[in-house]
Amino acid sequence: MSAIKIKLRENDLQQLKEVCSSFNNEAGELINVLHKAQSIFGYLPAEVQEVIAKELNVSVAKVYGVVTFYSFFTMVPRGRHPISICTGTACYVRGAEKVLDEFKRILKVPVGEATPDGKFSITGLRCVGACGLAPVVLVGDKTYGRVAPDGVKEILKEYEDK
Amino acid sequence: MEKIKVKIDNRLVEVEKGTTILEAARKLDVNIPTLCYMNLGDMDIEHRPGGCRICVVEVEGRRNLAPSCATDCHDGMEVKTHSIRVLNARRTVMELMLSDHPFECLTCAKSGKCDLQSMAIKLGIRDIHYQGEKSTYKPDFSPAILRDMDKCIMCRRCEKMCNEVQTVGVLSGIYRGFEAVVAPAFERDLDHSECTYCGQCVAVCPTAALTEVDHTNQVLRALADPAKTVVVQTAPAVRAALGEEFGMEPGTLVTGKMVAALRQLEFDYVFDTDFAADLTIMEEGAEILGRLGKFLAGDKDVKLPVLTSCCPGWVSFFEYHFPDQRDIPSTARSPQQMFGAVAKTWFAEKIKKDRKDMVVVSIMPCVAKKYECTREEFATGGNPDVDYSLSTRELANLIKRANIDFNKLPDEDFDGPMGESTGAGVIFGTTGGVIEAATRSAYEIYTKKPLDKVDFKQLRGMEGIREATVDFNGFPLKIGIAHGLGNARKLLENIRAGKSEFHAIEIMACPGGCIGGGGQPLHHGNSEILKARQKAIYREDSGKPIRKSHENPSIIKLYEEYLGEPLGEKAHQLLHTRYFDRGREIVIEADVKEEQ
Repeated sequence: MSAIKIKLRENDLQQLKEVCSSFNNEAGELINVLHKAQSIFGYLPAEVQEVIAKELNVSVAKVYGVVTFYSFFTMVPRGRHPISICTGTACYVRGAEKVLDEFKRILKVPVGEATPDGKFSITGLRCVGACGLAPVVLVGDKTYGRVAPDGVKEILKEYEDK
Repeated sequence: MEKIKVKIDNRLVEVEKGTTILEAARKLDVNIPTLCYMNLGDMDIEHRPGGCRICVVEVEGRRNLAPSCATDCHDGMEVKTHSIRVLNARRTVMELMLSDHPFECLTCAKSGKCDLQSMAIKLGIRDIHYQGEKSTYKPDFSPAILRDMDKCIMCRRCEKMCNEVQTVGVLSGIYRGFEAVVAPAFERDLDHSECTYCGQCVAVCPTAALTEVDHTNQVLRALADPAKTVVVQTAPAVRAALGEEFGMEPGTLVTGKMVAALRQLEFDYVFDTDFAADLTIMEEGAEILGRLGKFLAGDKDVKLPVLTSCCPGWVSFFEYHFPDQRDIPSTARSPQQMFGAVAKTWFAEKIKKDRKDMVVVSIMPCVAKKYECTREEFATGGNPDVDYSLSTRELANLIKRANIDFNKLPDEDFDGPMGESTGAGVIFGTTGGVIEAATRSAYEIYTKKPLDKVDFKQLRGMEGIREATVDFNGFPLKIGIAHGLGNARKLLENIRAGKSEFHAIEIMACPGGCIGGGGQPLHHGNSEILKARQKAIYREDSGKPIRKSHENPSIIKLYEEYLGEPLGEKAHQLLHTRYFDRGREIVIEADVKEEQ
C-alpha cells in the first residue's frame, strides 16, 4: 500500500551499486551480480535484492525468483565459518546424518541457520565429489574426511579462537 | 516465407516455416487440447511455456512425445494427435496435476468455468492413480484479488500478464520443483506489493488460484436491510458483456435487461455510471482546456500532456512506478467515485437520507474498482462514497442465484436523475472512448462552434498505442492513447524524458480498455469477443439522442443546483482527488546494526 522503504547502510549501498555497474547494470547479468553480492555480504537479504532490482531495472519479484531457484543463493546469514555436511548417497550410508545431528546438538542451531554469535552456520550439501572420504564435512574451504560423530568436537575446537 | 508440408492425423497441410504443430493442427480444425498455452491474437500476446504437457503429440521418428505448442513443424513431419500413447500420456499428466489439487470443485468459485475441470472432463478422468504430498500455501486476501495458490497449476499465464503485458512486475515464479509457485517478492501479500489490481492475472487464470474478492453476500445483506437505501450504478462496459454469461452472442447489448434485473433484485435506485462519466468529462475537459489555455498564453510552468485518471489500475501504476510524474494526470476522480460522492450528497439530500443509511453499489468490469472504493480519500467520516463494487461476473452470478430468467426480461430504463447519460458517457467503456468524449465537449467549448460530426474515428481502434491530431479551429490538438499498462509505460517514459508532444493522453490499464477488464466474463484469449464488445459500445453511443456530455440535462441541473462551476470549490471537494508517492525508497540507515 504505502511506499516500501529499503533500509541500507551507506557503505553497503555504495558497494552494491559498484557491483551492478561493474556489470554495466545489465539485466542479463543478474545471476553474476547476485553471485558477487553474496560473496560480499555472505547472504542476500531482501534489501540487497531490492537495490539490485532497482539498479538492473528488473522487478524485485524476478530477482527473488532467481534467488529462490538456485540453492547456491541464500537469504539467511551464514556464519564466519560455514559448516557443510555432505548428505549425498555415499556420505549418507556412512553415517552423515549422525554427524549432522551432532553438529546441531553442540551448536544448538537447525540446518540453514547461524549461531547467535555469527560464528558457525550449518548447511546440508549434496555430494562434493569426494565420496572416498565419506562422510565429508566442509568448514569454510577446509575439507574433513571420514568424520565420525565423536570427531565433531575436535573439528569445532580448531576454530575456538577464530 | 518458406512453405512446408506436414501430415497431421493422416491429413496433409501446408504451413509457413516456423509454425508450431498446435497452430498447424488448428488449420485442419484439429484442436489439440491445451492448458498452460494462451494466445491473445491481436494483442500480440502469446504464451507457450510448454509447461503442462497436456498438448503432447506423437511425432514420427521422434523418441519422446512433443509439446505441440512449443514444437515447430518441419517439412515432411508426420504427427499423431490422438494415438493411444498420446491419450495415455495426457491422462497421466492430468492425473499427476490433479493429485496436487484440492478437490473442492463443488464449492469452488471457478466451478463450471475452470479450464482444469473442463480438461479433466474432456480427458475422461475417472480415477486418480497417484497420491502424494499436496502443496499448501497461506491464502492471500487483498482488497480486490484473492490468491489461493493451492489451486495453482503453474501455467504461469498470470506471470506473463503481470510482467510482459502490464510490466507491473509483481508476480514471479519462485522456488523450484514441487515447491515452485507464483508469488510476489518475498512472498509478501499482494496488499504489500506494487500490485495495481488491474486483474489481468485473474482474467487469464485457468483455475481459482486467482479470483476477485466476492462481495455479493454483503450486497445481498444490504438489500435485505429495510433501513438501507441501496443505490446501484452500472459501468459502461458491463452492458456490452453481461449477456455472454447468459449464453448470448458476444457484442449483445443488454442495457435494458440489466436494469430490469437490478430492479428485480430490489435495488432502490438503478442508476448509471455513464451519468458520472459525463460528469467526469465536465471536470476533466475543463482541466484540459484550462491547462491548454495557460500553455497557449505562454505559461511555461503548465504541465502537459494531461493524462486521464478514470482507471484505478492506471492510477496505482503511476503512483508506484512514476511517482515523480504524479502532477500530470488530471485530478478528476473516476466516474465510480464521482458517482458515489454525488449520490451520498446531492442525491441523499434530494431523498432526505443520511449518508449512513445509504449503500452505494457499483457494477464494474473491473477488479481494481474494489480496491479503489476502499481508498481512504474516498470516504467521509469513515463512510465510503462507494460501499461495494461487484464485477460483471459477480452480477451474473447474483442474477442466476436469484433465479431471474435474464434472457426473458423486458427492457427497462434507468431511474432519474443519476441514470441519465449521453453517448459520450457510454464510450468510456472502450479504449479511446474517454478521450473521444472529452474531445466532443472540449471542441465545442474551445471553438464555441457546434460539432457537426461527433464521431472521431481516428481515435478508435485496437492498437496498443495510437495517436491522432484533432483540428481545434486551427490549433492541432495532439492526442495519445494507450491501453495495457506496458503501453502506458512507454508513453510515460517519453514524458519523463521530455520527449512527449501530446497535449492529452488517455490511458486504460486493461487491453481493450474496460471491455477487456479483469472483472468481465472470461474471453479465454479470444480477441474477437473484445472487438464485438467494442462495436456494441459504439452502437449504444450512436443510438443515444444526446451524444455530448455537457448537453446532459441532469448534469446541467446538478451544476445549477449543487456544484456551481466545473473546477469550482464544491466540484473540487467532491469530484477531484490527489495522488500519492508510493515509489520504492532507499533509506540510508545509520550504522545501527554495528552498534548493537
